[in-house]
Amino acid sequence: MKIKLGEIAYARSGDKGDGSNVGIAAYTDAGYEFLKNLLTPDRIKTHFSSICFGEVERYEMPNIRALNFILHDSLGGGGSESLKTDAQGKTHGLGLLYMEVDVDDVEKMRYQN
Amino acid sequence: MNSKKQTVRISNGQGFWGDSILGPVRLLREGPIDYLTLDYLAEVTMSIMQKLKTRNPQAGYATDFIKLLERILPEAQEKGVRIIASAGGVNAQACLEAAGAVVKKLGLSGVKIATVTGDDILHRIDELEQAGEKFENMDTGANWATVRHKISSANVYLGAAGIVEALDRGADVVICGRVTDPALVLGPMIHEFGWSFADYDKLAAGTVAGHIVECGAQCTGANYTNWRKIENFAMIGYPIIEMQADGNFYITKHPDTGGEVSIESVTSQLMYEMGDPQNYITPDVVVDFTTVQLQQAEKDRVRVFGIHGKKATDFLKVSASFSNGFKAVGQLTIAGPEALAKAQLCAEIIWQRLAYENVHFAEKQKIAEYPGAAVCHAGIAEIPANSNEIVLRIGVKDADKAKVERFAMEIVPLVTSGPPGVTGFAGGRPKAQEIVSYWPALIDKRHVRQVVFVEEF
Repeated sequence: MKIKLGEIAYARSGDKGDGSNVGIAAYTDAGYEFLKNLLTPDRIKTHFSSICFGEVERYEMPNIRALNFILHDSLGGGGSESLKTDAQGKTHGLGLLYMEVDVDDVEKMRYQN
Repeated sequence: MNSKKQTVRISNGQGFWGDSILGPVRLLREGPIDYLTLDYLAEVTMSIMQKLKTRNPQAGYATDFIKLLERILPEAQEKGVRIIASAGGVNAQACLEAAGAVVKKLGLSGVKIATVTGDDILHRIDELEQAGEKFENMDTGANWATVRHKISSANVYLGAAGIVEALDRGADVVICGRVTDPALVLGPMIHEFGWSFADYDKLAAGTVAGHIVECGAQCTGANYTNWRKIENFAMIGYPIIEMQADGNFYITKHPDTGGEVSIESVTSQLMYEMGDPQNYITPDVVVDFTTVQLQQAEKDRVRVFGIHGKKATDFLKVSASFSNGFKAVGQLTIAGPEALAKAQLCAEIIWQRLAYENVHFAEKQKIAEYPGAAVCHAGIAEIPANSNEIVLRIGVKDADKAKVERFAMEIVPLVTSGPPGVTGFAGGRPKAQEIVSYWPALIDKRHVRQVVFVEEF
């Protein structure tokens, strides 16, 4: 079935110079395994093709079921140089959660409580 | 130094200069804390303060802190809560004098106020260059000579040692210049428990704690993706670290406050502004964030443990700033049928009228955005087909202030000389603002010394 990443993960983002950092964490272990395989730097770069004009770096934080991405050249210069509304990339995390993906068993990945 | 406390409660009531003052006021009122930390310094702040100080030798620090101090100092003194604030800017001495005046005005006495400085190296650049410092841009490798003549501030990010000394010498209020955000909470931990500066795991634990609380309510449910789950944002609880002598700690908040402290709320903030998680570099320690373990101990109480760190590098980070041209951004609201098409036409009209005046801006020096039509998530979110209102947000930047000012004059005229439905020119003609750019560099640790001064009022 098709879902949006927001159904199985949460995110936070902020600025790193002229790039943004986008952290995404899965609600469950199954969700983290899924994200780890799915979210390559290329996939992120394609998703943010109208926002990110530089390289994408990826880091894994399995201890908190999270992946961290640095989206270089995504803030129109960053800091006080930027003319953009979201000059600090505060909303890039939510942008990632819009990604549509195919999953087999979404119930194993949803927020459990 | 060692007061033999088992646990010390360190709170953060101010995530940045401009955060709600209800944070610190309520942290003091609504439950027990031992320390209240307040973060005032963003990247841009130092340059603004340097400018204010040039005009007035008594200015150049976070004046909001003095107003807040007047409100909270009596309660803090009564409850024995010590305050640590990065409010000193480029004039910690003037900030100390203003704080001292507050003590007298409130009729208090015996209040020890400290300053922690040594971070401001603007007046030492010649000397440091002679000592071999190159100030090469650490991100781009660019040469210092390209900006040296226009540098307006230069501050080193310092660690926790100065704060520890100030607390050891009995300070009730510690006013810091530029220090790292985690140093504000690491200082009192080292002071209370007597941790060694070579005990990297404990320093790393304190640094992780500082990273979690440094943006105030962002770790207690604010800005959490799953926001429907969060109750009472209005009275959200600001974070409290309950640190133990062994370096394990809890993140919590006062009872009956809004928000939540959960694995998700803490994880969200652990990811914030993260670079390489295995090498989180501070002046005191290099932290491995992939060793952090979280456990929900009880409701609104998360246990944090397992943290490892390693020896700090031999360098400190310098943040210098320089004037880099001017910018102006203005906006109009366009309503009614075909709002987006009309807004796009408005932008085109502005560029054409400027071209008539022979005023041109390169593609990267201008912007036309349409909030309401998927600006923040361009190319990702759908653009609504028939929004009744769309905002045109239009801006330029240039080295030539006159060009930027000429641009600013052509926005409001669209109300009477463009398509129908143009309104919302709140604020009128935008002002040309100076652009302050940053120059990050590294400097040898041996070239910088923190200076602590304590005075009793």
